[in-house]
Amino acid sequence: MRYTILLHYPEMTPEELGPGGWEEGEREFQAYATALDQAGVLLSAEVLQPSSSTTTVAVRDGELRVQDGPFADTKEQLGGTFVVDVPDLDAALVWAQKAPSVQWGTVEVRPSATHFENGAWTR
Amino acid sequence: MDPLTDRTRARAAADAAARASYGRLLALLAARDGDIQRAEDALAEAFERALTHWPADGVPDNPDGWLLTVARNRLRDVYRSAAYRTSVPPGTGPEPAVPPEEADPDRIGDRRLELMFVCAHPAIEAGIRTPLMLQTVLGVEAADIAAAFAVPAPTMAQRLVRAKRRIRDARIPFRIPARPEVPARLPPVLEAVYGAYAIDWRGAAPEVRGSLTGDALTLALLLADLLPEPEVLGLAALLCFSLARADARETDGVLVPLDEQDVGRWDTALIERGEALLRRALAGPAGLRDAHADPGAGPPDPSDPPGRFRLEAAIQSVHCARARTGRTDWPALVTLHRALLRVAPTLGGRVALAAVVARVDGARAGLAALDEIAAADPASGRFQPLWATRAHLLAALGAGDEARAAYDKSRSLTTDPAVRAFLADRSVATG
Repeated sequence: MRYTILLHYPEMTPEELGPGGWEEGEREFQAYATALDQAGVLLSAEVLQPSSSTTTVAVRDGELRVQDGPFADTKEQLGGTFVVDVPDLDAALVWAQKAPSVQWGTVEVRPSATHFENGAWTR
Repeated sequence: MDPLTDRTRARAAADAAARASYGRLLALLAARDGDIQRAEDALAEAFERALTHWPADGVPDNPDGWLLTVARNRLRDVYRSAAYRTSVPPGTGPEPAVPPEEADPDRIGDRRLELMFVCAHPAIEAGIRTPLMLQTVLGVEAADIAAAFAVPAPTMAQRLVRAKRRIRDARIPFRIPARPEVPARLPPVLEAVYGAYAIDWRGAAPEVRGSLTGDALTLALLLADLLPEPEVLGLAALLCFSLARADARETDGVLVPLDEQDVGRWDTALIERGEALLRRALAGPAGLRDAHADPGAGPPDPSDPPGRFRLEAAIQSVHCARARTGRTDWPALVTLHRALLRVAPTLGGRVALAAVVARVDGARAGLAALDEIAAADPASGRFQPLWATRAHLLAALGAGDEARAAYDKSRSLTTDPAVRAFLADRSVATG
Protein backbone atom coordinates (compact mmCIF):
# COMPACT_ATOMS: atom_id res chain seq x y z
CA MET A 1 0.00 0.00 0.00
CA ARG A 2 1.40 3.35 -1.07
CA TYR A 3 1.25 6.43 1.12
CA THR A 4 2.58 9.90 0.54
CA ILE A 5 4.07 11.56 3.59
CA LEU A 6 3.60 15.30 3.07
CA LEU A 7 5.72 17.64 5.13
CA HIS A 8 4.23 21.05 5.88
CA TYR A 9 6.24 23.54 7.85
CA PRO A 10 6.93 27.25 8.23
CA GLU A 11 9.65 28.26 5.80
CA MET A 12 12.85 29.50 7.34
CA THR A 13 16.03 30.94 5.89
CA PRO A 14 19.46 29.72 7.00
CA GLU A 15 19.79 33.05 8.85
CA GLU A 16 16.57 32.43 10.78
CA LEU A 17 17.67 28.91 11.62
CA GLY A 18 20.84 30.17 13.25
CA PRO A 19 24.38 28.80 13.10
CA GLY A 20 24.48 25.12 12.31
CA GLY A 21 20.69 24.88 12.08
CA TRP A 22 20.63 24.34 8.33
CA GLU A 23 23.37 21.70 8.39
CA GLU A 24 21.61 19.94 11.22
CA GLY A 25 18.40 19.82 9.19
CA GLU A 26 20.32 18.36 6.25
CA ARG A 27 21.89 15.71 8.46
CA GLU A 28 18.48 14.76 9.85
CA PHE A 29 16.92 14.47 6.40
CA GLN A 30 19.88 12.40 5.25
CA ALA A 31 19.41 10.03 8.20
CA TYR A 32 15.65 9.84 7.63
CA ALA A 33 15.86 9.08 3.92
CA THR A 34 18.62 6.53 4.55
CA ALA A 35 16.51 4.77 7.18
CA LEU A 36 13.50 4.60 4.83
CA ASP A 37 15.70 3.39 2.00
CA GLN A 38 17.45 0.70 4.03
CA ALA A 39 14.13 -0.54 5.37
CA GLY A 40 13.12 -1.02 1.73
CA VAL A 41 9.97 1.10 1.96
CA LEU A 42 11.03 4.26 0.10
CA LEU A 43 9.68 4.91 -3.41
CA SER A 44 10.61 8.56 -3.82
CA ALA A 45 11.76 11.52 -1.79
CA GLU A 46 11.59 15.20 -2.72
CA VAL A 47 12.51 18.26 -0.71
CA LEU A 48 11.10 21.38 -2.35
CA GLN A 49 12.46 24.87 -2.85
CA PRO A 50 10.71 27.54 -0.76
CA SER A 51 7.26 28.58 -1.94
CA SER A 52 8.70 31.94 -3.03
CA SER A 53 10.11 30.11 -6.04
CA THR A 54 6.85 28.42 -6.96
CA THR A 55 4.71 29.33 -9.95
CA THR A 56 1.00 28.63 -10.15
CA VAL A 57 -0.72 28.00 -13.47
CA ALA A 58 -4.47 28.03 -14.11
CA VAL A 59 -6.78 28.55 -17.07
CA ARG A 60 -9.87 30.63 -16.29
CA ASP A 61 -12.42 31.69 -18.90
CA GLY A 62 -10.12 30.32 -21.56
CA GLU A 63 -7.32 32.54 -20.40
CA LEU A 64 -4.01 31.27 -19.12
CA ARG A 65 -3.08 32.74 -15.80
CA VAL A 66 0.45 32.30 -14.62
CA GLN A 67 0.88 33.46 -11.05
CA ASP A 68 4.11 34.11 -9.28
CA GLY A 69 3.80 32.33 -5.92
CA PRO A 70 1.59 29.74 -4.19
CA PHE A 71 -2.22 29.48 -4.09
CA ALA A 72 -2.64 30.44 -0.50
CA ASP A 73 -0.60 32.52 1.84
CA THR A 74 -0.49 30.26 4.88
CA LYS A 75 2.02 29.97 7.68
CA GLU A 76 2.98 26.42 6.75
CA GLN A 77 3.93 25.43 3.22
CA LEU A 78 4.42 22.09 1.57
CA GLY A 79 8.15 21.52 1.94
CA GLY A 80 8.68 17.96 0.83
CA THR A 81 7.15 14.59 0.05
CA PHE A 82 8.14 11.01 0.71
CA VAL A 83 6.30 8.25 -1.09
CA VAL A 84 6.49 4.98 0.83
CA ASP A 85 5.21 1.47 0.31
CA VAL A 86 4.18 -0.10 3.62
CA PRO A 87 1.52 -2.63 4.60
CA ASP A 88 -0.98 -0.30 6.29
CA LEU A 89 -1.67 3.06 7.92
CA ASP A 90 -0.15 2.05 11.25
CA ALA A 91 3.15 1.35 9.54
CA ALA A 92 2.94 4.62 7.59
CA LEU A 93 2.35 6.51 10.84
CA VAL A 94 5.40 4.88 12.45
CA TRP A 95 7.54 6.35 9.66
CA ALA A 96 5.70 9.67 9.55
CA GLN A 97 6.44 10.38 13.19
CA LYS A 98 10.17 9.92 12.49
CA ALA A 99 10.19 12.70 9.87
CA PRO A 100 12.56 15.42 11.08
CA SER A 101 10.04 18.19 10.45
CA VAL A 102 7.54 16.60 12.85
CA GLN A 103 9.43 18.75 15.40
CA TRP A 104 8.58 22.05 13.76
CA GLY A 105 5.74 21.43 11.31
CA THR A 106 2.84 19.16 10.47
CA VAL A 107 3.24 15.79 8.82
CA GLU A 108 0.33 14.56 6.72
CA VAL A 109 -0.09 10.92 5.73
CA ARG A 110 -2.30 10.35 2.68
CA PRO A 111 -2.97 6.98 1.05
CA SER A 112 -2.56 6.71 -2.70
CA ALA A 113 -5.76 6.13 -4.63
CA THR A 114 -3.92 4.81 -7.65
CA HIS A 115 -0.59 5.26 -9.34
CA PHE A 116 0.67 5.07 -12.87
CA GLU A 117 2.74 2.02 -13.64
CA ASN A 118 3.65 0.26 -16.91
CA GLY A 119 1.47 2.55 -18.98
CA ALA A 120 -1.67 2.34 -16.90
CA TRP A 121 -3.26 3.54 -13.70
CA THR A 122 -3.37 0.73 -11.21
CA ARG A 123 -6.69 -0.48 -9.86
CA MET B 1 59.69 22.30 30.78
CA ASP B 2 58.00 21.83 27.45
CA PRO B 3 55.18 24.39 27.38
CA LEU B 4 53.08 22.18 25.12
CA THR B 5 53.17 19.31 27.61
CA ASP B 6 52.21 21.76 30.31
CA ARG B 7 49.27 22.99 28.35
CA THR B 8 48.20 19.44 27.61
CA ARG B 9 48.50 18.52 31.25
CA ALA B 10 46.52 21.59 32.32
CA ARG B 11 43.81 20.79 29.81
CA ALA B 12 43.66 17.20 31.01
CA ALA B 13 43.38 18.40 34.62
CA ALA B 14 40.65 20.87 33.67
CA ASP B 15 38.77 18.18 31.74
CA ALA B 16 39.00 15.75 34.63
CA ALA B 17 37.81 18.44 37.04
CA ALA B 18 34.99 19.26 34.66
CA ARG B 19 33.77 15.69 34.43
CA ALA B 20 34.15 14.81 38.09
CA SER B 21 32.89 17.95 39.70
CA TYR B 22 30.94 20.02 37.23
CA GLY B 23 27.55 19.26 38.77
CA ARG B 24 28.92 19.55 42.25
CA LEU B 25 30.32 23.04 41.68
CA LEU B 26 27.28 24.16 39.71
CA ALA B 27 24.90 23.01 42.46
CA LEU B 28 26.92 24.94 45.04
CA LEU B 29 26.98 28.09 42.92
CA ALA B 30 23.31 27.97 41.94
CA ALA B 31 21.82 26.87 45.26
CA ARG B 32 21.77 30.28 46.89
CA ASP B 33 19.49 32.15 44.50
CA GLY B 34 18.48 29.46 42.03
CA ASP B 35 20.01 31.25 39.04
CA ILE B 36 21.45 28.25 37.19
CA GLN B 37 22.22 30.18 34.01
CA ARG B 38 24.33 32.73 35.85
CA ALA B 39 26.10 29.99 37.80
CA GLU B 40 26.83 28.15 34.52
CA ASP B 41 28.31 31.29 32.99
CA ALA B 42 30.49 31.92 36.04
CA LEU B 43 31.66 28.31 36.09
CA ALA B 44 32.40 28.33 32.36
CA GLU B 45 34.52 31.39 32.88
CA ALA B 46 36.36 29.72 35.77
CA PHE B 47 37.17 26.72 33.52
CA GLU B 48 38.39 29.08 30.81
CA ARG B 49 40.65 30.87 33.31
CA ALA B 50 41.97 27.48 34.46
CA LEU B 51 43.06 26.73 30.91
CA THR B 52 45.10 29.92 30.71
CA HIS B 53 46.43 29.96 34.30
CA TRP B 54 47.19 26.33 35.05
CA PRO B 55 49.79 25.84 32.29
CA ALA B 56 51.67 28.90 33.58
CA ASP B 57 51.22 28.51 37.35
CA GLY B 58 50.82 24.74 37.61
CA VAL B 59 47.68 22.81 38.50
CA PRO B 60 46.54 23.86 41.99
CA ASP B 61 46.46 21.31 44.85
CA ASN B 62 42.73 21.68 45.09
CA PRO B 63 41.45 22.27 41.55
CA ASP B 64 37.80 22.27 42.65
CA GLY B 65 38.48 24.85 45.32
CA TRP B 66 40.32 27.02 42.79
CA LEU B 67 37.43 26.80 40.31
CA LEU B 68 34.85 27.50 43.00
CA THR B 69 36.71 30.58 44.22
CA VAL B 70 37.12 32.02 40.74
CA ALA B 71 33.47 31.35 39.83
CA ARG B 72 32.31 32.82 43.12
CA ASN B 73 34.35 35.96 42.59
CA ARG B 74 32.88 36.24 39.14
CA LEU B 75 29.35 36.02 40.57
CA ARG B 76 30.23 38.68 43.14
CA ASP B 77 31.42 40.98 40.36
CA VAL B 78 28.18 40.43 38.47
CA TYR B 79 26.05 41.31 41.47
CA ARG B 80 28.11 44.41 42.17
CA SER B 81 27.95 45.57 38.58
CA ALA B 82 25.84 48.56 37.73
CA ALA B 83 24.21 46.63 34.93
CA TYR B 84 22.86 44.06 37.34
CA ARG B 85 21.72 46.63 39.89
CA THR B 86 19.84 48.66 37.33
CA SER B 87 18.29 45.55 35.77
CA VAL B 88 16.27 44.76 38.90
CA PRO B 89 14.21 47.26 40.87
CA PRO B 90 15.64 47.91 44.35
CA GLY B 91 14.59 45.39 46.94
CA THR B 92 13.13 42.92 44.47
CA GLY B 93 16.26 41.16 43.25
CA PRO B 94 17.45 37.90 44.73
CA GLU B 95 20.06 37.89 47.45
CA PRO B 96 23.58 37.90 46.03
CA ALA B 97 24.33 34.33 45.06
CA VAL B 98 27.74 34.20 46.60
CA PRO B 99 28.11 31.07 48.68
CA PRO B 100 30.03 31.17 51.99
CA GLU B 101 33.73 31.91 51.92
CA GLU B 102 34.76 28.29 52.41
CA ALA B 103 37.06 27.40 49.53
CA ASP B 104 37.00 23.62 49.86
CA PRO B 105 33.94 22.17 48.11
CA ASP B 106 34.34 18.94 50.08
CA ARG B 107 33.72 20.80 53.32
CA ILE B 108 30.71 22.68 52.03
CA GLY B 109 28.94 19.50 51.14
CA ASP B 110 27.14 18.19 48.13
CA ARG B 111 24.08 20.03 46.82
CA ARG B 112 23.59 17.84 43.76
CA LEU B 113 20.64 16.03 45.31
CA GLU B 114 18.91 19.39 45.78
CA LEU B 115 19.74 20.21 42.16
CA MET B 116 18.15 16.94 41.00
CA PHE B 117 14.97 17.71 42.93
CA VAL B 118 14.92 21.15 41.32
CA CYS B 119 15.30 19.67 37.81
CA ALA B 120 12.40 17.26 38.41
CA HIS B 121 10.20 19.74 40.29
CA PRO B 122 6.47 19.42 39.48
CA ALA B 123 6.54 23.03 38.20
CA ILE B 124 9.04 22.03 35.50
CA GLU B 125 7.57 20.59 32.31
CA ALA B 126 8.06 16.79 32.38
CA GLY B 127 9.69 16.60 28.95
CA ILE B 128 12.58 18.90 29.85
CA ARG B 129 13.47 17.33 33.23
CA THR B 130 15.85 14.71 31.85
CA PRO B 131 17.71 17.14 29.55
CA LEU B 132 17.97 19.63 32.40
CA MET B 133 19.44 17.01 34.71
CA LEU B 134 21.94 15.81 32.11
CA GLN B 135 23.09 19.35 31.46
CA THR B 136 23.31 20.67 35.02
CA VAL B 137 24.28 17.59 37.05
CA LEU B 138 26.65 15.98 34.55
CA GLY B 139 27.59 18.89 32.34
CA VAL B 140 26.52 17.15 29.11
CA GLU B 141 26.63 19.56 26.15
CA ALA B 142 23.23 20.86 25.01
CA ALA B 143 24.04 19.84 21.41
CA ASP B 144 24.59 16.20 22.48
CA ILE B 145 21.36 16.21 24.46
CA ALA B 146 19.53 17.64 21.44
CA ALA B 147 20.98 14.91 19.21
CA ALA B 148 19.87 12.20 21.63
CA PHE B 149 16.34 13.55 21.82
CA ALA B 150 16.21 14.15 18.03
CA VAL B 151 15.33 17.79 18.57
CA PRO B 152 17.05 20.64 16.68
CA ALA B 153 19.90 22.02 18.82
CA PRO B 154 18.54 25.60 18.93
CA THR B 155 15.14 24.25 20.06
CA MET B 156 16.69 22.21 22.85
CA ALA B 157 18.89 25.13 23.94
CA GLN B 158 15.85 27.39 24.06
CA ARG B 159 13.82 24.91 26.10
CA LEU B 160 16.68 24.51 28.59
CA VAL B 161 17.06 28.27 28.95
CA ARG B 162 13.31 28.64 29.49
CA ALA B 163 13.30 25.96 32.19
CA LYS B 164 16.23 27.58 33.99
CA ARG B 165 14.57 30.98 33.83
CA ARG B 166 11.48 29.43 35.34
CA ILE B 167 13.50 27.90 38.18
CA ARG B 168 15.00 31.31 38.92
CA ASP B 169 11.86 33.42 38.50
CA ALA B 170 9.52 31.08 40.35
CA ARG B 171 12.19 30.62 43.02
CA ILE B 172 12.05 26.83 43.03
CA PRO B 173 13.98 26.09 46.21
CA PHE B 174 17.20 24.06 46.31
CA ARG B 175 16.21 21.76 49.12
CA ILE B 176 15.65 18.09 49.84
CA PRO B 177 11.93 17.51 50.39
CA ALA B 178 10.81 16.65 53.92
CA ARG B 179 9.87 13.03 54.58
CA PRO B 180 6.09 13.43 54.01
CA GLU B 181 6.72 15.03 50.61
CA VAL B 182 9.04 12.30 49.39
CA PRO B 183 6.39 9.89 48.00
CA ALA B 184 5.18 12.66 45.71
CA ARG B 185 8.52 14.28 44.89
CA LEU B 186 10.79 11.27 44.37
CA PRO B 187 8.98 9.54 41.44
CA PRO B 188 9.57 12.42 38.99
CA VAL B 189 13.27 12.38 39.90
CA LEU B 190 13.41 8.64 39.21
CA GLU B 191 11.49 9.09 35.95
CA ALA B 192 13.90 11.81 34.83
CA VAL B 193 16.96 9.62 35.51
CA TYR B 194 15.30 6.63 33.84
CA GLY B 195 14.42 8.96 30.95
CA ALA B 196 18.11 9.36 30.18
CA TYR B 197 18.30 5.60 29.66
CA ALA B 198 14.99 5.10 27.87
CA ILE B 199 15.41 7.80 25.23
CA ASP B 200 13.76 6.92 21.95
CA TRP B 201 16.94 6.81 19.92
CA ARG B 202 15.57 7.86 16.56
CA GLY B 203 18.37 9.01 14.40
CA ALA B 204 20.90 9.34 17.21
CA ALA B 205 24.44 8.39 16.25
CA PRO B 206 25.68 5.23 18.01
CA GLU B 207 28.42 7.14 19.86
CA VAL B 208 25.88 9.62 21.30
CA ARG B 209 23.68 6.70 22.28
CA GLY B 210 26.52 4.90 24.05
CA SER B 211 27.69 7.90 26.02
CA LEU B 212 24.21 8.94 27.12
CA THR B 213 23.21 5.51 28.40
CA GLY B 214 26.45 5.65 30.41
CA ASP B 215 25.36 9.05 31.70
CA ALA B 216 22.03 7.56 32.79
CA LEU B 217 23.87 5.00 34.90
CA THR B 218 26.12 7.71 36.35
CA LEU B 219 23.05 9.72 37.37
CA ALA B 220 21.35 6.66 38.88
CA LEU B 221 24.44 5.66 40.88
CA LEU B 222 24.90 9.24 42.05
CA LEU B 223 21.28 9.39 43.18
CA ALA B 224 21.64 6.03 44.94
CA ASP B 225 24.70 7.40 46.70
CA LEU B 226 23.02 10.60 47.83
CA LEU B 227 19.59 9.14 48.62
CA PRO B 228 19.70 5.37 49.24
CA GLU B 229 15.93 4.93 49.22
CA PRO B 230 14.69 1.47 48.13
CA GLU B 231 13.24 2.66 44.82
CA VAL B 232 16.37 4.68 44.07
CA LEU B 233 18.55 1.63 44.70
CA GLY B 234 16.15 -0.39 42.55
CA LEU B 235 16.53 2.02 39.65
CA ALA B 236 20.33 1.95 39.89
CA ALA B 237 20.24 -1.87 39.97
CA LEU B 238 17.89 -1.94 36.95
CA LEU B 239 20.25 0.20 34.89
CA CYS B 240 23.25 -1.94 35.92
CA PHE B 241 21.48 -5.11 34.74
CA SER B 242 20.24 -3.53 31.50
CA LEU B 243 23.56 -1.98 30.54
CA ALA B 244 25.44 -5.16 31.46
CA ARG B 245 23.78 -6.81 28.47
CA ALA B 246 24.20 -3.95 26.00
CA ASP B 247 26.97 -5.66 24.01
CA ALA B 248 25.04 -8.90 23.62
CA ARG B 249 21.89 -7.26 22.31
CA GLU B 250 22.93 -7.14 18.65
CA THR B 251 25.02 -9.35 16.38
CA ASP B 252 25.91 -8.03 12.93
CA GLY B 253 23.09 -5.52 13.08
CA VAL B 254 20.47 -8.09 14.06
CA LEU B 255 18.69 -7.99 17.41
CA VAL B 256 19.35 -10.93 19.73
CA PRO B 257 16.43 -11.51 22.13
CA LEU B 258 17.24 -11.67 25.82
CA ASP B 259 16.85 -15.42 26.30
CA GLU B 260 19.09 -16.17 23.31
CA GLN B 261 21.93 -13.81 24.22
CA ASP B 262 25.42 -15.18 24.72
CA VAL B 263 25.99 -14.75 28.47
CA GLY B 264 29.72 -14.63 27.78
CA ARG B 265 29.11 -11.16 26.33
CA TRP B 266 27.40 -9.88 29.47
CA ASP B 267 29.34 -7.61 31.82
CA THR B 268 29.54 -9.72 34.99
CA ALA B 269 31.06 -6.94 37.11
CA LEU B 270 28.12 -4.68 36.31
CA ILE B 271 25.69 -7.52 37.06
CA GLU B 272 27.33 -8.03 40.47
CA ARG B 273 27.04 -4.33 41.13
CA GLY B 274 23.35 -4.55 40.26
CA GLU B 275 22.90 -7.52 42.60
CA ALA B 276 24.49 -5.62 45.51
CA LEU B 277 22.21 -2.63 44.88
CA LEU B 278 19.13 -4.84 44.59
CA ARG B 279 19.93 -6.60 47.88
CA ARG B 280 20.07 -3.22 49.61
CA ALA B 281 16.89 -2.10 47.83
CA LEU B 282 14.94 -5.13 49.02
CA ALA B 283 16.30 -4.90 52.58
CA GLY B 284 13.82 -2.11 53.23
CA PRO B 285 13.70 1.65 53.56
CA ALA B 286 16.72 3.17 55.24
CA GLY B 287 18.07 6.23 53.49
CA LEU B 288 15.92 9.22 54.28
CA ARG B 289 14.77 7.71 57.53
CA ASP B 290 18.33 7.62 58.79
CA ALA B 291 18.92 11.11 57.50
CA HIS B 292 15.88 12.34 59.36
CA ALA B 293 16.82 10.39 62.49
CA ASP B 294 13.57 8.53 62.77
CA PRO B 295 14.07 6.34 65.86
CA GLY B 296 11.18 4.05 64.99
CA ALA B 297 12.67 2.99 61.68
CA GLY B 298 13.24 -0.70 61.41
CA PRO B 299 14.18 -2.96 58.52
CA PRO B 300 11.67 -4.36 56.05
CA ASP B 301 8.43 -2.48 56.21
CA PRO B 302 5.55 -4.67 55.08
CA SER B 303 3.48 -1.56 54.32
CA ASP B 304 6.08 -0.58 51.73
CA PRO B 305 5.62 -3.10 48.92
CA PRO B 306 8.28 -2.96 46.19
CA GLY B 307 7.66 -0.25 43.63
CA ARG B 308 8.12 -0.29 39.88
CA PHE B 309 11.89 0.02 39.77
CA ARG B 310 12.60 -2.61 42.44
CA LEU B 311 10.32 -5.03 40.60
CA GLU B 312 11.84 -4.27 37.21
CA ALA B 313 15.30 -4.72 38.72
CA ALA B 314 14.23 -8.03 40.27
CA ILE B 315 12.94 -9.19 36.85
CA GLN B 316 16.24 -8.25 35.22
CA SER B 317 18.12 -9.99 38.03
CA VAL B 318 16.27 -13.24 37.30
CA HIS B 319 17.24 -12.96 33.62
CA CYS B 320 20.86 -12.17 34.48
CA ALA B 321 21.02 -15.20 36.80
CA ARG B 322 21.17 -17.34 33.65
CA ALA B 323 24.83 -16.38 33.41
CA ARG B 324 25.45 -18.27 36.69
CA THR B 325 22.84 -21.03 36.65
CA GLY B 326 22.43 -21.66 32.92
CA ARG B 327 18.65 -21.50 33.23
CA THR B 328 15.84 -18.98 33.61
CA ASP B 329 13.36 -19.20 36.48
CA TRP B 330 10.17 -18.53 34.47
CA PRO B 331 7.67 -19.12 37.34
CA ALA B 332 9.50 -16.45 39.38
CA LEU B 333 9.19 -14.11 36.40
CA VAL B 334 5.42 -14.70 36.22
CA THR B 335 5.11 -13.70 39.89
CA LEU B 336 7.27 -10.62 39.43
CA HIS B 337 5.52 -9.47 36.24
CA ARG B 338 2.12 -9.84 37.97
CA ALA B 339 3.36 -7.73 40.88
CA LEU B 340 4.76 -5.14 38.45
CA LEU B 341 1.41 -4.88 36.65
CA ARG B 342 -0.31 -4.09 39.95
CA VAL B 343 1.93 -1.05 40.56
CA ALA B 344 2.48 -0.07 36.91
CA PRO B 345 -0.35 -1.26 34.65
CA THR B 346 1.05 -0.65 31.18
CA LEU B 347 0.45 -2.25 27.80
CA GLY B 348 4.12 -3.25 27.65
CA GLY B 349 3.83 -4.87 31.06
CA ARG B 350 0.77 -6.90 30.03
CA VAL B 351 2.47 -8.17 26.88
CA ALA B 352 5.60 -9.09 28.85
CA LEU B 353 3.47 -11.05 31.31
CA ALA B 354 1.78 -12.92 28.44
CA ALA B 355 5.23 -13.85 27.12
CA VAL B 356 6.40 -15.34 30.42
CA VAL B 357 3.04 -17.04 31.02
CA ALA B 358 3.61 -18.79 27.68
CA ARG B 359 6.95 -20.09 29.03
CA VAL B 360 5.28 -21.62 32.06
CA ASP B 361 1.82 -22.65 30.80
CA GLY B 362 2.53 -23.06 27.11
CA ALA B 363 2.12 -21.01 23.93
CA ARG B 364 -1.68 -21.41 23.89
CA ALA B 365 -2.00 -19.80 27.32
CA GLY B 366 0.23 -16.96 26.13
CA LEU B 367 -1.88 -16.42 23.01
CA ALA B 368 -5.06 -16.41 25.10
CA ALA B 369 -3.51 -13.70 27.28
CA LEU B 370 -2.61 -11.68 24.16
CA ASP B 371 -6.17 -12.02 22.83
CA GLU B 372 -7.47 -10.66 26.13
CA ILE B 373 -5.13 -7.68 25.87
CA ALA B 374 -6.16 -7.02 22.26
CA ALA B 375 -9.86 -7.18 23.16
CA ALA B 376 -9.47 -4.78 26.08
CA ASP B 377 -7.26 -2.19 24.39
CA PRO B 378 -7.77 -1.17 20.73
CA ALA B 379 -4.42 0.69 20.75
CA SER B 380 -2.68 -2.66 21.22
CA GLY B 381 -3.24 -3.35 17.51
CA ARG B 382 -0.45 -0.86 16.79
CA PHE B 383 1.79 -2.12 19.58
CA GLN B 384 4.84 -3.71 18.00
CA PRO B 385 5.91 -5.98 20.93
CA LEU B 386 2.44 -7.53 21.01
CA TRP B 387 2.74 -8.60 17.36
CA ALA B 388 6.28 -9.89 17.87
CA THR B 389 5.17 -11.96 20.86
CA ARG B 390 2.13 -13.27 18.99
CA ALA B 391 4.32 -14.23 16.02
CA HIS B 392 6.75 -16.07 18.29
CA LEU B 393 3.97 -18.05 19.99
CA LEU B 394 2.21 -18.87 16.71
CA ALA B 395 5.52 -20.15 15.31
CA ALA B 396 5.97 -22.31 18.42
CA LEU B 397 2.55 -23.86 17.72
CA GLY B 398 3.50 -24.53 14.11
CA ALA B 399 0.97 -22.05 12.69
CA GLY B 400 3.39 -20.96 9.98
CA ASP B 401 1.19 -18.68 7.84
CA GLU B 402 -0.27 -16.83 10.79
CA ALA B 403 3.15 -16.55 12.41
CA ARG B 404 4.69 -15.07 9.28
CA ALA B 405 1.84 -12.56 8.96
CA ALA B 406 2.33 -11.53 12.59
CA TYR B 407 6.12 -11.21 12.13
CA ASP B 408 5.55 -9.01 9.09
CA LYS B 409 2.98 -6.87 10.91
CA SER B 410 5.37 -6.51 13.82
CA ARG B 411 8.20 -5.54 11.50
CA SER B 412 6.05 -2.89 9.82
CA LEU B 413 5.55 -1.22 13.19
CA THR B 414 9.20 -0.52 13.93
CA THR B 415 11.83 1.61 12.25
CA ASP B 416 14.72 0.11 14.25
CA PRO B 417 16.98 -1.64 11.69
CA ALA B 418 18.22 -4.33 14.15
CA VAL B 419 14.66 -5.22 15.17
CA ARG B 420 13.49 -5.22 11.54
CA ALA B 421 16.35 -7.51 10.54
CA PHE B 422 15.60 -9.90 13.41
CA LEU B 423 11.88 -10.09 12.57
CA ALA B 424 12.61 -10.59 8.87
CA ASP B 425 14.95 -13.48 9.72
CA ARG B 426 12.32 -15.08 11.95
CA SER B 427 9.61 -14.69 9.35
CA VAL B 428 11.78 -16.44 6.77
CA ALA B 429 12.80 -19.18 9.23
CA THR B 430 9.19 -19.95 10.11
CA GLY B 431 8.35 -23.07 8.19
